[in-house]
Amino acid sequence: MSYLTLSITLIFVVIPLLLSKTLNLGLEKDTIIATIRSIIQLLLIGYVLKFVFESESLVYIFLMVTLMIVAATHNAQKKGAAIKGITWKVAVTLVFVEVLTQSILLGFQITPPTAQYIISISGMVIGNSMVLSILFLNRFTAEVESNQEATELILSLGGTPKQAIHKQLIDSIKASMIPTIESQKTVGLVQLPGMMSGQIIAGADPIQAVQFQLLILFLLLTTAAVTSIMLGFLSYPTLFNQRMQLLKN
Amino acid sequence: MTTSYKPAVHFNQVDFSTKAVHIVKGVTGSFPEGKITTLVGPSGAGKTTLLKLCNGLLSPDSGVIYIKGKPIEDYDPIELRRLVGLALQSAPMISGTVYDNLNLPMELRGRKLPETEAVQLVEDVGLDKSFLQRKVSDLSGGQRQKVSIARTLVNKPEILLLDEITSSLDRKSMKEIEELIVHINRKYGTTIIWITHNLQQALEIGDFTWVMMEGEVMESGESSLLENPTNDKVKRFVKGEEK
Ligand SMILES: Nc1ncnc2c1ncn2[C@@H]1O[C@H](COP(=O)(O)OP(=O)(O)O)[C@@H](O)[C@H]1O
Ligand SMILES: [Mg+2]
Repeated sequence: MSYLTLSITLIFVVIPLLLSKTLNLGLEKDTIIATIRSIIQLLLIGYVLKFVFESESLVYIFLMVTLMIVAATHNAQKKGAAIKGITWKVAVTLVFVEVLTQSILLGFQITPPTAQYIISISGMVIGNSMVLSILFLNRFTAEVESNQEATELILSLGGTPKQAIHKQLIDSIKASMIPTIESQKTVGLVQLPGMMSGQIIAGADPIQAVQFQLLILFLLLTTAAVTSIMLGFLSYPTLFNQRMQLLKN
Repeated sequence: MTTSYKPAVHFNQVDFSTKAVHIVKGVTGSFPEGKITTLVGPSGAGKTTLLKLCNGLLSPDSGVIYIKGKPIEDYDPIELRRLVGLALQSAPMISGTVYDNLNLPMELRGRKLPETEAVQLVEDVGLDKSFLQRKVSDLSGGQRQKVSIARTLVNKPEILLLDEITSSLDRKSMKEIEELIVHINRKYGTTIIWITHNLQQALEIGDFTWVMMEGEVMESGESSLLENPTNDKVKRFVKGEEK
């Protein structure tokens, strides 16, 4: 695709802009910002990736992955402002998920230890882990807020903080994992996953693309489960103090 | 006055605030052991907060609370909450049956409430044993309150805190619960601290009363003080001019 063709695709940005204007949706500014940001960010990352792939240096791979984790942490921690030390809790979770998945992939030689594989897969794992963190934190803070009475009930009957928050914790973990599981049930029927489509368009053998996509889907199941559970168990204790009292914010 | 009795709960200059509000202000006083003390006052006076301070759901910012003569912070929070039982105003239930709810305090200890004890408990609070298998979602307000009280009793508390447990009930259920609480008090010598907005109820069943307004204890003593308060604000409150 040439830059000229690419610029013609801006028609797809103009359509929502016009619609937003006509219907007074007030989304023009955000749409323009989103467009400009995506152009700059993606082009930038394109050049960076080109450089890193060509250098094949472990240092650069490490730096890239670190950068991804930092950016993802920054995004996700905003949703957990009510939880003390949420930034490092998200960061530890993301690092753990990344190390776990890459160890399995590289350890069993499922994927080759090249920058291309490590960085693309890390991007998907960390990105999904970030989304799961956000889903979990949104749900968990809402559950805690709306079930304060149930929590107080259990504490007042002599329950531990863990017992008092258990139901909300489990409900939030489940709720945050459901989209991942549900979307896998219909994958291929309703929509082709973006990555697979990309590979096919770029000329890869569809069966190869499917195999690779399956790997990613399975990977994301682990990512979802480990992220929600780990973040959940790191988060709930900070809602209570030493006297086993529910802290109000 | 209350001072001649051994206190089950004693407050010494207790203050409690949230970030925004000073809720309990320099409260000093005792709840006598084995007696029924009512806690009355307009809504927002800090009564519920005072109860939560008694069983360690909240801690004072300053001052000391003594439970059976021992500073509250010397108790393990779990031990404390079993010793000082609380029935919340809304009688929250966990989903499931009446038995599931009665079993909850035992489940929290990793044990199971024996069937015979469960039957005894529901019958003690005036419900038929067939209620054990009923879903809590099918209970009336009065039945819920009874289950909530029975559930609090599973831990065999020596001190029982009751937060407006009859406010939303019809006259008949109210009377049944009053009898039940008096019965528990007589039979087990349980110390009762009972928040009520029904002054008639306070006069009839309470040995002592505390009148709380705007976070302060305005007057306390034998229940009869409600008929002849000395404080002007309390006078207006008992006449129903201040709610
Ligand atoms: N967790 C809380 N955060 C902020 N304000 C509270 C909280 N709990 C109670 N309050 C406020 O403290 C005051 C006393 O509340 P409460 O103890 O429930 O009074 P009462 O039971 O006498 O009606 C009220 O003004 C209430 O709004
Ligand atoms: Mg109250």
